[in-house]
Amino acid sequence: MINLKDPGISSVFKKLLTGFTGLSLVGFLIAHLIGNLTLFAGPDVFNAYARFLHHFMHGMFIRVAEVGLLAFFVLHIWSALSVQYSKRKARPSQYEVNTYAGGPSKRSFHSMYMAISGLILLVFIIVHLIHFKYADHDAVGTMKLENGIEAVNVYKLVVSSFQGNFGYVLFYMLAMGVLCSHLMHGIWSAIQSVGLTRPSTIPFLHTAGMALAIALAVGFFLLPLLIFMMRGTFDPEAVPDYSSGHAALTSLTSFFPAA
Amino acid sequence: MNVNLKIWRQAGPDAPGKLVDYRVEDIDPSQSFLEMLDKLNETLVKKGQEPVAFESDCREGICGNCGLVINGIAHGSKGGCTTCEIRMRQYNDGDTITVEPFRAKAFPLIKDLVVNRSAFDRIMSKGGYVAVNAGSAQDANLQPIHKDKAEAAMDAAACIGCGACVAACPNASASLFVGAKISQFTWLPQGQVERGSRALKMVKQMDHEGFGDCSNHAECEAVCPKEISIANISRMRREFTKALFARS
Repeated sequence: MINLKDPGISSVFKKLLTGFTGLSLVGFLIAHLIGNLTLFAGPDVFNAYARFLHHFMHGMFIRVAEVGLLAFFVLHIWSALSVQYSKRKARPSQYEVNTYAGGPSKRSFHSMYMAISGLILLVFIIVHLIHFKYADHDAVGTMKLENGIEAVNVYKLVVSSFQGNFGYVLFYMLAMGVLCSHLMHGIWSAIQSVGLTRPSTIPFLHTAGMALAIALAVGFFLLPLLIFMMRGTFDPEAVPDYSSGHAALTSLTSFFPAA
Repeated sequence: MNVNLKIWRQAGPDAPGKLVDYRVEDIDPSQSFLEMLDKLNETLVKKGQEPVAFESDCREGICGNCGLVINGIAHGSKGGCTTCEIRMRQYNDGDTITVEPFRAKAFPLIKDLVVNRSAFDRIMSKGGYVAVNAGSAQDANLQPIHKDKAEAAMDAAACIGCGACVAACPNASASLFVGAKISQFTWLPQGQVERGSRALKMVKQMDHEGFGDCSNHAECEAVCPKEISIANISRMRREFTKALFARS
């Protein structure tokens, strides 16, 4: 049915692939950001959330999600880079004068440097995974949840990482700036790539895509900064006192049942 | 008025090209851009020099023959018009104007500002027409077509195939042209029979010609003399997807 080596099939097909995987990755970012917000509810809720993710459906959920994400990243990068490759081949001699036409054009700094912002994000993701996902979780220690289960103290890992070094916070903030740039063109462009736009919806989708890009970047950007600045609120050694006055927050942990 | 020109001169497809400075004097502001180039060529011929080669035919914005990149924008900065519709009153006395040909591998340069756009003809030959016998003209309104659909089809069919979309695209993609040519039939009854095969064949030929892939910059819509929407590119992708899965 679909032969990827067939040059006749690939250009529009690759666009569909870039758009579909891109939109899926944006969906992942939204879920990731909502998950991050549990950090504000305290170490018990955040750790319960992390434990829930890892034990949901006997750990199958996270494995399937990880393999799926990896596959989507690889397909997204491959299809997007092949667009870049075609671009170089399709215009061997460049214009002496080259300006933006304005008007309905969506061309911008963001749209012109998608490949570069994407590759910077790839480097960020690798550093991010090494630091959190593949950190020595035994060394971090555990924390007792309200239901008595010992969970890996991911809260301590996150909070101490950002409180230890402002350079690290700065690195995250810069990376989120790049994410914002990538998504400023990426979100609306992905919707256009999968063919879900009409003349009447293009201006709205373009604006809404940029708004979502800014919202996501600001959301991810604020967390390291707030952890660094509000040392009183975010204490890596915090141990929740389940016996007193914490009921409102600990009841949140019931959203994440022990599997 | 007087203007200074920097025009791309290239003797042939494989010859080296460069921008050459010219000055055209005593231009009437109501003259068209192409008439200004005619004036330049008259002086060049009188001096025994080779005139600047450029294309034009109707000179009223409907044939799609003329097409120059003026100060970095295909068909100039006015928008919604072809090169031939530009009047010199748009410029100021003493302006320097850079004129280049459409640049794309699929549009090989022939001479100076003239490029070979027959890649578009080959794409059209793969399905940019209705091959089924639609019979002779029917009585009016025998087969009602909704006003919105007729308008949408007409908007796409307004494409004159000038190639400015390719020239303006940072990737030299022909997506807007092919999108318009596929879309124009999708709203009309006579386009339904070959709807799927048209999308697959025309996209295949587009890729075969060596145009780049689309990155949704929408520069094409901004320079299109007929202001064709990139929603037609979106529609091409829908048509292509439907045809791909219908075929399997």
